[in-house]
Amino acid sequence: MTATNLPTAPDSTAPDSTAPDSTAAERTALTDYVLGLGDDALILAQRLSEWITRAPQIEEDIALGNIALDLLGQARTLLSYAGELEGAGRDEDDLAYLRDEREFRNVQLVEITNGDFAVTMARQLIFSGYQYELYRALTTSADATLAALAGKAVKEVDYHRDHAAQWVLRLGDGTAESHARMQAGLDRTWPYVPELFETPDAVRVLPGIAVDPGALRPAWTVYVENVIAAATLAVPTATWSSGGGRTGYHTENLGHLLPTMQNLHRSHPGVTW
Amino acid sequence: MNTTSERKGWPLWEVFVRARRGLSHQHVGSLHAPDAAMALRNARDVYTRRGEGVSLWVVPSAAISASSPDEKDAFFDPAMDKAYRHPSFYDVPDGVTHL
Repeated sequence: MTATNLPTAPDSTAPDSTAPDSTAAERTALTDYVLGLGDDALILAQRLSEWITRAPQIEEDIALGNIALDLLGQARTLLSYAGELEGAGRDEDDLAYLRDEREFRNVQLVEITNGDFAVTMARQLIFSGYQYELYRALTTSADATLAALAGKAVKEVDYHRDHAAQWVLRLGDGTAESHARMQAGLDRTWPYVPELFETPDAVRVLPGIAVDPGALRPAWTVYVENVIAAATLAVPTATWSSGGGRTGYHTENLGHLLPTMQNLHRSHPGVTW
Repeated sequence: MNTTSERKGWPLWEVFVRARRGLSHQHVGSLHAPDAAMALRNARDVYTRRGEGVSLWVVPSAAISASSPDEKDAFFDPAMDKAYRHPSFYDVPDGVTHL
């Protein structure tokens, strides 16, 4: 690769990779997009970690902890990258711990309270099913950082999705009580589905880099509805749907989650151990 | 079966991990799970989080027939004084690592 060290003349016929990096608008859009993906992972990691010491069995405690840690790892990469793109000197900790509710860009699905185990598994099936399709599509993103993250994370999310599916199957096709609770879990979380597949403004100016969530819905529907059918459950019909998370509008749940997540860092700035 | 393995009706499973190709599965511990598919997944989470394995087996603990501690003398003591049964009378070549 010694050629890269040689002075080269500008070449107007070169492909995009040698074009000027990106315009300011694209950079802002990409920052926003990456922040949205990072916040989804961060907030769900925080929610899932609430199960630790409270799961039905110690084995499930560890499983949920593992999923939360996978998501936290993804969030760290994404928030660090968002801080870098933003160029204002904020790192992953600044973004996670020092932003207020209106600055978070996550979808509302990930912030809703855990409910019972069935609600948590319904949310996980919906979200991991979405995140799996998203990361799979992002592996071919023109953005090298996003593509690399997606390549690693898609294997993690494949397992999260399977874990949730296994539980939805067992609870749905279990006892009368577990069936009723699993159906209630799906009914509770279903209104938050359409928001996942809305196309954020950022995506429109980032062709080839960002993934249009709307395009992911058919594959998501096939997977999730197959699991629901096999579990002898019914696909819910939602009478309302959430929206606005990507532009900073959240349910009251996020306002309660953030103090728990941010308290230590805000009380002892820069603390390490 | 002892009572802890019947906790909330979830049976106990014994977990075997193969660290890499060419080695045999080793017993690493046990866990609770409602069925074999979930036992495999729990085993993945509990015993292979740090890259310990390439293959997992789970076996219902109830399916294992174990020797009794009361029969220890009859089972194992007669082997103790028969040195000729041990492979100690030839040299192992340097290149053999897993004998």
